[in-house]
Amino acid sequence: MAANILDFEKPIVELENKIAEMKKGVYNHDISKELAQFEEKVTQIKKNIYSNLTRWQKVQLARHPERPYTLDYIYTLTKDFVELHGDRHYRDDKAIIGGFAKIDEYKVMIIGTQKGRDTKSNLYRNFGMANPEGYRKALRLMKLAEKFNKPVVTLIDTPGAYPGIEAEQNGQAEAIARNIFEMSRLRVPIIVVIIGEGASGGALGIGVGDRILMLENTWYSVISPESCSSILWRSWEYKEQAAEALKLTAPDLLEFGIIDKIIPEPFGGAHKDHNAMAEILKGQLKIELADLIKVKPDKLVQSRLEKFDKMGIFEE
Amino acid sequence: MGWFKRSKENISPDSIKRDIPDGQWVKCTKCDEIIHIKQLEMNRWVCYKCNFHFRIGSKEYFSFLFDEGTFKETNRKMRSVDMLKFVDTKKYIDRINSTIKQTNLYDAIRTGAGKIGGIKVSIACMDFKFIGGSMGSVVGEKIARAAKVSLDEKIPFIIISQSGGARMMEAAFSLMQLAKTSAYLARLAEAKIPYISILTDPTTGGTTASYAMLGDVIMAEPDALIGFAGPRVIRETIGKDLPAGFQRSEFQQEHGFVDFVVNRKELREKLILVLEYLS
Repeated sequence: MAANILDFEKPIVELENKIAEMKKGVYNHDISKELAQFEEKVTQIKKNIYSNLTRWQKVQLARHPERPYTLDYIYTLTKDFVELHGDRHYRDDKAIIGGFAKIDEYKVMIIGTQKGRDTKSNLYRNFGMANPEGYRKALRLMKLAEKFNKPVVTLIDTPGAYPGIEAEQNGQAEAIARNIFEMSRLRVPIIVVIIGEGASGGALGIGVGDRILMLENTWYSVISPESCSSILWRSWEYKEQAAEALKLTAPDLLEFGIIDKIIPEPFGGAHKDHNAMAEILKGQLKIELADLIKVKPDKLVQSRLEKFDKMGIFEE
Repeated sequence: MGWFKRSKENISPDSIKRDIPDGQWVKCTKCDEIIHIKQLEMNRWVCYKCNFHFRIGSKEYFSFLFDEGTFKETNRKMRSVDMLKFVDTKKYIDRINSTIKQTNLYDAIRTGAGKIGGIKVSIACMDFKFIGGSMGSVVGEKIARAAKVSLDEKIPFIIISQSGGARMMEAAFSLMQLAKTSAYLARLAEAKIPYISILTDPTTGGTTASYAMLGDVIMAEPDALIGFAGPRVIRETIGKDLPAGFQRSEFQQEHGFVDFVVNRKELREKLILVLEYLS
């Protein structure tokens, strides 16, 4: 655990350790009063810290290595998952996962970017950075869902589409463009959830839908704070400022009308309680599914266009 | 991505600038030939000696693509609003204002309609010199409106891309323009209205990952940089120099993402031919 404590969580952990030590100790007087005081203090500090997180701190939470990833959600909130591999052209991208699954009574196509938890699995998953074949697999599955009239749920947690030589040779841009194009006219409901990082085209490549939801401690923007800092400030050092400038948190995007809803996380972040997080998400997905499956395809596609058409601020 | 140390030893500096310099005589960026500005203009800003394509903007493209006197610009004065109160080393609002003054453009795209070889078309053309041809709300909205003209009048749609990608200063709004523009192109596709995408130097990032790559026919000027990730990012990721010609027009044609590379001097004629086939 100790390795995964974020800077701003340190005061909490220190106090909690102290309490644990006190509990272990042998005393010749009653310490329950002091203990209660300390515990009260921890609660206060937690409340203070977690309700005043800066945008950069939320970015850090969104990247917390113990956060639930796509497969964690698939295994906890769905059943009978049938994973489908490959884009039928080139190969299977391990950074994007997809297949049929059941969310209680709803049969859906669930697709998501997948990160790894340690070096080995991260190399296998390419750190959640998809290649063109990943986007093409996702599109193949969405077309399959359309053909058999199943709603699509996508879960997004990616630091971006992979910037490599092979990715470019195989048409990273075309793959993302094609997905965005096809998703904008797919004739079944699409629910998009940002579960961690939503970085740019790499996220939007599976991110066009009828409902865009964000978990409380996630980010979604046109670029990561680090890359933004590197380009605009010509240094990697301004990531905090870049995060502030980009206004990339869930409340920011809700205010801008870019997302539809914020899904609350367990106190302290999704990583504190995977099961509780999955339950909350499942509840929200069921609400949206119930709503969207009633809409006729023509209306669905028309409203989706209108939804994105409204995004943008300009003056004439 | 802080886990690995990146080696920057194998990375050479960024490539040359190719904008047209001021003055009566210009030196070709590639072959050093001294060319008179009038001569360059008559040759559509292509070096007559080495075929180097100077970077030109919407004004120049409109000047030689359209049948004389047929082009009418639309929504010329639409401009950005600084919704996010974005500040980097400069305030975004100041950046917009100074760029407008400097370039005489209101944003990184101009739109309109006119006739090319007698065929009426709706067009959008980007300008790199306006904040790197970056795509924000204005670019998205103007493309959407120009596409709508195509839909309503059932006339072909053309976009000339020249862009570093989505505009950071409008953050998520910029990202959503990929979806907005692509959604309109999907509508054109359903209505079987031709959409031709012309790629010029450079076309990268969110621009490539949306409308630039969605043409029924995609043509590119020679030696234009076309890709998703910029070369600098890729170099820093893999820690090596990139192969010669990587992400250039000819490379994209070879890998199947561009229908053909076309010399600017033949662009109009080739465009007319394709328009005739698609009508």
